Amino acid sequence: MDEVALRALVPQVLSVLVRRGADFATAEDAVQEALVRALTAWAREVPADPRAWLITVAWRVFLDVARSDAARRDREVRYDTTPPIGAAPSADDTLHLYFLCAHPDLTPSSAIALTLRAVGGLTTRQIAEAYLVPEATMAQRISRAKRTVGRVGVDRPGDVRTVMRVLYLVFNEGYSGDVDLAVEAIRLTRQLAVVTDDSEVDGLLALMLLHHARRPSRTGADGRLVPLAEQDRSRWDTELAAEAIDVLQSALARDRLGEYQAQAAIAALHADAPSVADTDWVQIVEWYDELLTFADTPVVRLNRAVAVGEADGAPAGLAALGGVDDHIPRRDAVAAYLHEKNGDFALAVRLYADAARNAPNLAERDHQARQAARLNQTRREWS
Amino acid sequence: MAKYLLLKHYRGAPAPVNNIPMDQWTPDEVEAHIRFMQDFGARLEATGELVDGQALSPDGLWVRYDGEGRPPVTDGPFAETKDLIAGWMIIDVDSQERAIELAGELSAAPGAGGAPIHEWLEVRPFLAAPPNFTE
Repeated sequence: MDEVALRALVPQVLSVLVRRGADFATAEDAVQEALVRALTAWAREVPADPRAWLITVAWRVFLDVARSDAARRDREVRYDTTPPIGAAPSADDTLHLYFLCAHPDLTPSSAIALTLRAVGGLTTRQIAEAYLVPEATMAQRISRAKRTVGRVGVDRPGDVRTVMRVLYLVFNEGYSGDVDLAVEAIRLTRQLAVVTDDSEVDGLLALMLLHHARRPSRTGADGRLVPLAEQDRSRWDTELAAEAIDVLQSALARDRLGEYQAQAAIAALHADAPSVADTDWVQIVEWYDELLTFADTPVVRLNRAVAVGEADGAPAGLAALGGVDDHIPRRDAVAAYLHEKNGDFALAVRLYADAARNAPNLAERDHQARQAARLNQTRREWS
Repeated sequence: MAKYLLLKHYRGAPAPVNNIPMDQWTPDEVEAHIRFMQDFGARLEATGELVDGQALSPDGLWVRYDGEGRPPVTDGPFAETKDLIAGWMIIDVDSQERAIELAGELSAAPGAGGAPIHEWLEVRPFLAAPPNFTE
């Protein structure tokens, strides 16, 4: 049994323990301990029913901890000692676990860490490596999150919106260490889609799959950023994109549109286009207008200005850009692109240089510096 | 082993020899510079001397406490005259000579015309933990 299949059992096992009356924090530790034991025990032989094995072991670990806590406090424990083997976890239990880990009282960073551990089954070390923080820091973040969840209770209803927000952020963070967070976010979103009946969850899944399908072409061999217009579209994962479009179409057919479905629709139009020139920019602008009704943010307006520039020409794009807040990341980059397209090279060079200076990450900084240098060279050759 | 901080400045350091800003370089010159920086980091990692390297955004603020129950006072963005750190590299090396040698190599990153920038880098030793042998 591979590690991912093993981790897929984690939310089921944990929710069985919680349903049996175990407190969330102790149960979660017990499940992690059972996972560690499984990795050694199963190297020799995988049990016939891996889930039942995990439940039994986790429950025993939980009882040991509960008993020693009780002994320390001189109290009696009243847990049923028989392992709850027959208790089949339900979809509702898994969904409930997602809600707990993305509880609105948690900060986003805490909700992310707790979701990756308690639902994703990742170890604290793996999560720490993925987010480039010391393991001790991540351990504290997780245990504080568990205390908060224990306090605010298992009784307050959760919210699928906060769960989706957490998964969106996990996907967006990129990856380092040995865990690919984008892949993990997709796995957890697929799992969420199974236990919910919400077309926005399907929209989010489609959105992730479509972006993931383009990933191989998004960076060059030397780690450089390759913009959409220059990507080698033959390297896009068409199978993944086709799956995403199926998921999206059945979500859209239910006629309960939301921001994730609208974003996925835009990504799907890119996936469908053989080149930038052959992209249906008019329809993309329409989807941006739709998206604005759900999420009127400067980032959406910025991206819309790019699409307007392609659909109706650079002057229209610049007019659309006029209404976008000056201080958001990448605004200079978009302005530079549109001014270059409009033939105003001197201004574009200056804006590319500004974009490099204000870039939010190194790949983007290098990319904008290259753009400035390229356009400068063009100007020198023409003059 | 001793740790050193190599500090790079956006401004505030003495002017480098090859002082043409990057937005006036040719694409090949930009390319060569980026490659040099990547290779330098990779090489230090390979020799077991790299601890960390980070770049900083030029944005930032001064912040200070303003008393109980009040939000902190902020001042910024930084004035044009202010010393401004662009990034750092932390290295763990056997000697100060080695730290200086590496800073010298980093300062030779190519700029306009493919020639070394001769950028001034600040080299700062860390205060270490107290030793166990005390006499």
